[in-house]
Parts: sequence; structure tokens; C-alpha cells
Amino acid sequence: MKTKKSRLITQAVTYGVLILLFVILTIMINNKSISRTLKGQLIPICSWIVMAVSLNLVVGISGELSLGHAGFMGIGAFTGIIVSGWLLNGFQMEDPTLRLLLAILAGGIIAGIAGMLIGIPVLRLRGDYLAIVTLAFGEIIKNVMNCVYVSVDGQTLNWGFLDGNLPGTLLLNGPMGAVKVKTIATFTAGFILVMFSLIVVLNLINSRSGRAIMAARDNRIAAESMGINITKYKMMAFVTASVLAGMAGALYGLSMATLLPTKFSFNESINVLVFVVLGGIGNIPGSIVSAAALTILPEKLRFLQNYRMLAYAILLILVMLLSNNPMVKMLVRKIFHRRGDDESREEMRA
Amino acid sequence: MVFLSNLVNGISLGSIYAIIALGYTMVYGIAKMLNFAHGDVIMVGAYIVFCAAQYWNLPPAVCILLAMLVCTVLGITIEKLAYKPLRQATSLAVLITAIGMSYLLQNTALLIWGANPKVFPSLFALDTIRLFDGQLSIKPETLITITANIVIMTALTLFISKTKTGKAMRCVSEDRGAAELMGINVNRTISVTFAIGSALAAIAGFLLCSSYPMLMPTTGSMPGIKAFTAAVFGGIGSIPGAMLGGVLLGLIEIFGKAYISTELGDAIVFAVLIIVLLVRPTGLLGKPVREKV
Amino acid sequence: MSETKQRQQTPMVPYPSKSFVPERDLGNIPVLECNHLGIEFGGLKAVDDFSVIMGRTEIGGLIGPNGAGKTTIFNLLTKVYQPTHGTMMLEGKDMGGMTTVDVSKAGIARTFQNIRLFNNMTVEENVRIGLHNQIRYGMFNGILRLPKYWKAEKEQHEKTLELLSIFDMAGMADERAGSLPYGAQRRLEIVRALATSPKLLLLDEPAAGMNPHETEELMENIIKIRDQFQIAILLIEHDMNLVMGICEDICVLNFGKIIAKGTPAEIQANPAVIEAYLGKRKEAEA
Repeated sequence: MKTKKSRLITQAVTYGVLILLFVILTIMINNKSISRTLKGQLIPICSWIVMAVSLNLVVGISGELSLGHAGFMGIGAFTGIIVSGWLLNGFQMEDPTLRLLLAILAGGIIAGIAGMLIGIPVLRLRGDYLAIVTLAFGEIIKNVMNCVYVSVDGQTLNWGFLDGNLPGTLLLNGPMGAVKVKTIATFTAGFILVMFSLIVVLNLINSRSGRAIMAARDNRIAAESMGINITKYKMMAFVTASVLAGMAGALYGLSMATLLPTKFSFNESINVLVFVVLGGIGNIPGSIVSAAALTILPEKLRFLQNYRMLAYAILLILVMLLSNNPMVKMLVRKIFHRRGDDESREEMRA
Repeated sequence: MVFLSNLVNGISLGSIYAIIALGYTMVYGIAKMLNFAHGDVIMVGAYIVFCAAQYWNLPPAVCILLAMLVCTVLGITIEKLAYKPLRQATSLAVLITAIGMSYLLQNTALLIWGANPKVFPSLFALDTIRLFDGQLSIKPETLITITANIVIMTALTLFISKTKTGKAMRCVSEDRGAAELMGINVNRTISVTFAIGSALAAIAGFLLCSSYPMLMPTTGSMPGIKAFTAAVFGGIGSIPGAMLGGVLLGLIEIFGKAYISTELGDAIVFAVLIIVLLVRPTGLLGKPVREKV
Repeated sequence: MSETKQRQQTPMVPYPSKSFVPERDLGNIPVLECNHLGIEFGGLKAVDDFSVIMGRTEIGGLIGPNGAGKTTIFNLLTKVYQPTHGTMMLEGKDMGGMTTVDVSKAGIARTFQNIRLFNNMTVEENVRIGLHNQIRYGMFNGILRLPKYWKAEKEQHEKTLELLSIFDMAGMADERAGSLPYGAQRRLEIVRALATSPKLLLLDEPAAGMNPHETEELMENIIKIRDQFQIAILLIEHDMNLVMGICEDICVLNFGKIIAKGTPAEIQANPAVIEAYLGKRKEAEA
């Protein structure tokens, strides 16, 4: 297991590299020495990194498979779009930074509330059932969002369900989603969000609550007998993750001129899961790398477009098979020479 | 009359879900895993029937048998390659692998057959049955589906209770270690379970596309998930449960779409799943399991 | 039996109700009182009519053949199973509506027959889990790294090393728990249980897999723990040297029912116990 020192070093390196990348990329943007495709992907990459990190909190740290994570992103995205449109049209708030901030906060809060409401029934279940129910909720969210209409008329927000006849400017148009969105999201905001979610997740993991979450994951009965309320800590991880996903969604939604509700479906949830698995389940810095890489790579390898998902699928299976193979596990341990195994045995005998 | 029509369609759709659910429930009972790829095996079966009928002009019975053969081999191969090595792994790992396998099948199908929906040919030369002075029309596909369900259910129940392999399946699902000690070949039993489930998937694929003739690589995914819902609804590990859950779910879906809202049809089905799992986690006919400390 | 140190027999006095407690505990409410506790699994009475009283600093033993229901009783005491009959009280407080988490907070800690450590965590982290409800701070303190976080983490670290030093394990704090030798793992489980500041410590076969030398050490450590922390300890054990050596009051179980209760001397002389459990040993020694 990581010693305290190595953990601190990993964290410092992670933050350091991210800050460095941000500085470099910002310079490149200002010098216009960045390719158009990469520039357009910067904000989505930030969103997907936050999605991957937050899903890893649920899957890797809390040990529960959530297959509906994209649903929270969707809730955050549309909440963000609604709030931004409402503030602009109803309150004449011209300042994009302030609107973006409020939109992201709103996205996070609403997604968090959804996470709490969903978590209460879901986290009572175990394993496969929990996974399927998260999938079910994800689909329900998508279905419902498809039927929601929102318009802003003066300062009032009008809602319609299955009925699009609303006064004022339409912000959300049922199955057509959001149209003519003012894209106020910025790369700086994305970077700040990434740093924020990293701080939240890493600090949570390395704290009393984080230990409780991991204990609940590793040995439920032992954790309970130590006085740890399993449901409370699973909720903690789940709701925190949904808040972050909502924020990521708001950022993403406000970077797209149009956005369909079907964009946040089971496929997207699986995409994020692939990021998490390939980056290492429980490995937070790994999620950052895989989310970024797997967002950029498909663009670079456009010609392999048709084979991309196939390659993902094969990779996913291979990674799972290899990481659960006892011989591979022994080999990895030998290579990285875990201090625990041999030396402690000598100490005990002496 | 609309009510009766919906009723019949509901039972028919439910029968398809029931047949698919059988595969899920048997595999879950024996291998304690959720075979996410099951829905996509259905899709493969449907494509094989399609190719056999459309391109190779084989007679209907041969098409179906060919699909069953291919799917059986596919199911056994998947089990040996991806699930067997993970028997000692966490259920999280197995579930993720199954999801990967599902995507593998979908994308391979995409590469082979393309994304354009194929129109499934009608393999029956029978006429629509008209009842009540033509007010209620039942398509032959519908009747065949319901009949197939009943036949399969009966056959499977007899198989499980009367044959040696069936008994072995029940033993392995109850206590794998003990079964092994009693000399049962666990690997073979699990393979047989997957084989039966996959063969049934082929039949389900054929029936599904006969009633709903659009065939795409993603065709199996949603029915697969809904069928799993049905399996859980009826009680995972219980064969009559799969039948009951399937038919009930089909009825809920059809009536939900008819009387509440078409758009929210899927949402209603999933809402049912959630409610069932919360109120009665072991399903309608399932048995509670105690954990040993 | 003659090879091990003969310890002083604790003077046991009758407690108001048919049980006996150590004389020194007479002034205090008994730490545990079970009345006709039982659990039935669909017709099978796994535990039936279990009634005991334990003094506040008593070391008690629970013995019996395999399958007698000993671990089931531990599971009942920690509410892993809910009893179907009877009552139990911890320091006079009825444990009726409690859950496993409540029981831990109220002051019962346990170890497990098949060791249940958090294998992928370090030794220190395992003990810190034990301190979860003793040295606390909330989620936001942790995320925002407020002063309370730093103070509490330091306190946990110091307390962990203090607890580990009981078993001379302080040097292993950073080892992965799953890679420890078996004996060390058992000891770690005890340390972790102690970290929860229990009033009653339940040890499930603590000497399993230990050689006589290690068992001697364990016996001394258990007594040291009792004296230092002033808690009650209830052990399930098969090692008769250990049981007869340190237990002050022993309860013998067979087929879920108590067949004998008393001091080590009384138990060894009890014909029912001998017949059910100790077998022919008595004759060979004579």
C-alpha cells in the first residue's frame, strides 16, 4: 500500500503537471499555435476528466458500479443551460463569467439532489442489482428530459411536460433539447473545475470519511462491526460524484450551441466507465490521463473510426482479464517490489 | 377491442422477454453473474436468420436451427474466453467484462452488417387471423411467439427436473463447491447452461424480429436490459419466475405505452424494475439468501 | 494443564440472579446480561435459552464442540443476526432495537473466526478504522483540510501507534495488512477492535493457528489488556490451555444450549461437559 510520502508525491505531481499543462495550453491558445480541433476539445476534455474522476470515486473508491452516471451529467447540463438563459433573459445578467459560475453551481446542486434522491433507494441494493438500477435511473432521466419543455418569459420560468406551448423564449425544447445556447464556457473555467474536483476527491479519499468508504468497500461486515454506517458512506461517495458530474455537465452544456437529451445515454455512461477502467479502477490520476487520451485519440485516429468502439471493447475485456489474473498480479507485485511482503516476514521471525 | 389487442400484444412481447429472461436467470443462478452480452447474442441470432433467409435462401426451419447453432457456439465461447477466467474475481470485474463483451458483439455486427437497419423477412406464409368480425386481428407471428414460449417453458421445466444435466444445473446453482465434491463436472454444467441460454436467445431474436422487423446492431440491447428486468421481477434464478416476469413486463410496457404515454414507455418499465427491487428484492417468486458471517 | 502457570483463581460471587461475577465487579452493573436469548432459523434453534451475566472486568470463556452456536452468539451480540427470542442488555441498556453499527458505538467490539481485516489497507489504516467513532471529524473538515482535520489525524496516528505497541507492532504500521504473517494478522484484528474503546471485547478463536509459545504470549496480552483498559473480554476458544488458564467463568455450549456454566475447575469436573466435549482426556490424566 502507498506510504504517506509516496501519496503526497503523487498528488503534488498530479497538480503540478495539470497546472503546467494549463499554462502551456493557454500560451498556445494566445499564440494561436494550437490546432483548431484540439482547441475545440479542451472544454469537453475538462468535462470528461471530471466525469471520470467522479465515477472512479463511486466505482473505484466506493466499489459500486454505477451505469447511469451520464444521467447526472445531463441533469447538470440542462440545469446549467436553463439557469444561464434565465439569468440572461430574465435578469439581464450580461456578465458571462458570473452566469457560468452560477450555472455550474446550479448544475452541481440539482444533480446532487438527484443523486441523493436516487441514492436512497439504490444504495440499499448490492452488486449487480445496484448496477442495473443505476442503469434504469439513467434511462428514466434521459426519457424524462426528452419530454421537458422550459421557457423564460420576463423573470418567470415556465415548465411544460410533454407540452411545448409555452410563452416567452424557449430554452429547452423537449426532444430537440437546447437550441441557440450562448456558449459561455471557457477553458479556464474548465481547468478550475478539474482542479476543484481533484481537490475534493483526493482530499475526501485521504480523510476519515474516505477510509470509511474504502472500508465499506473492502469488507462490509467488518466495517459495520467497527461502527461504520455503510449506507451513509456509500451515499457520501455517490452524491459527491453526482454533484461533480452535474458541474461537468453544466460546463459541457454551455460549450455546445445545441444539445440533445439523448446525448446523455447509456453509451456515454459506458464511455466514462471505459475511461475509469483503462485508467485504473481506484486510480484517480489514471482517470485524468485516460479521459484526456481517449477523448483526443479518436479524433487523431479518425480513419479508424469504425474500429474505435471495437478496440475499446476488446481493450476493456483484456484489461479486466489481465488485472484479475493471479499470475499477472504476482508478476506486478514482484516488479514493483512491495515492501510489505518479504521484509516484514524477516522482522517477525527475528 | 383495443384492450384485447393490447392484451395479446402484451402477452406476445412478454413472451419474447420471457424467453430472453430464461437465459439471464439460468446463467445468474449458476454462475452468479449478469451476462450483459446476452441481449447481443439475440441480435446475432436475428442477423444469422436474416442472412440465411435473405442471402442464402434457406428454408425457415434451417435458418432458425443455424442461428441456434451459431449462438450456442458463441455463448459457450464467450463463457470460456471471458467469464471462466474471472470466476474468482469480484462481481464488479465480471460485470464490466460482460459489458465489454456486449460492446464487442455490437461493434462486430456493425462492421459486418453495417448500421443501416435491415428489414426482417416474414418467414410465415400464414394469414392474419381475424376475430370478432374483423375487429381484432392477430398476426401469425404473435401467436407463434406465445406458443413458442409455452413450449419452451414446459420443455425447460421438464429438462431441469427430470434429466441428469438438469439436476446438475440445480446443484451447481445451489452450492458449487458441494456439487464439485459430488463429482459433478462444474465446467461442463456451466457450459451447458450458457449453451441453452444462447440457443434460446437465437429463438428470441428470430421471434423479436418477426414481430418488430427492424434489425440493427443495437436491436438486442434494450430488449436484453428489459428482459433482465423481467428476470429480476420474477425472481432471479427461478424459471417460472422468468416466464411470469417476462409476460407481466410485456403487458406493463404495452399498456403503459397505450394508456400513459408512448415516449415514457421505457421509463415506465424501468420504474417498475426499481420499485420491485426496493419492495421485494428477491422478486415475485425468488427465495431470500442469507449471508454467512 | 500442569505445565502452564497456575493462575490465581478469581473469587466469583453470586450476582443477584443465578449467575456469578468476579468479586471486584460486584459494585458495578454487569457489562452484559442476556436473558433467554435465542435465534431460530425456520424451525432450527441455532441458539436456545442463552442466559449469562458478565462482570465489568471479567474474562469469560465460551466453549463447545464445532457447530454448537458459539459464533452465532457473537453474531447475536453484535446484531449481525437479530434474535428471535430473549433480551440482551449492555451495561443495563436494552439492546433491542440496535443495529450492528449501534452496538459498536455502544461498546461491543469483536474479532472474526476467519480474519476480516482490510487486506489492501496498511496496518495503521486498519487501526484508524477502529478509531473511526472515537476520533472524529466531518466530511467537509476533511475536504477543506480545516484545522480540525490536522489535529484529529495527528491524534489518530498517535493513538494508533500507542495501541499497536501493546503487541509490539508499532514498527509495522505501514505494512499492507494482507501481507502480514497469520499470527500478526490475528493480533492486528484485536488491536483494531480495541481501538473502538469497547466495554466488552469478543474474541473469536484468537489462538487459532498459534503454537504454544505464541499462545502463552496471547494469554498474557489478554490479561494485560483487561488490566490496562479495565474491560470485559469474552472468548470463543478450542485451546483448553488458554481457556482454563485465563477465563474466570466459562460457559459450555452444545447444540445451541448451555450445558454447563462455572469456573474452570467446576467445568473440568462436570460430567456432562466431559461427555460432550472433553472426551477421554480426564481418564488418561488419572
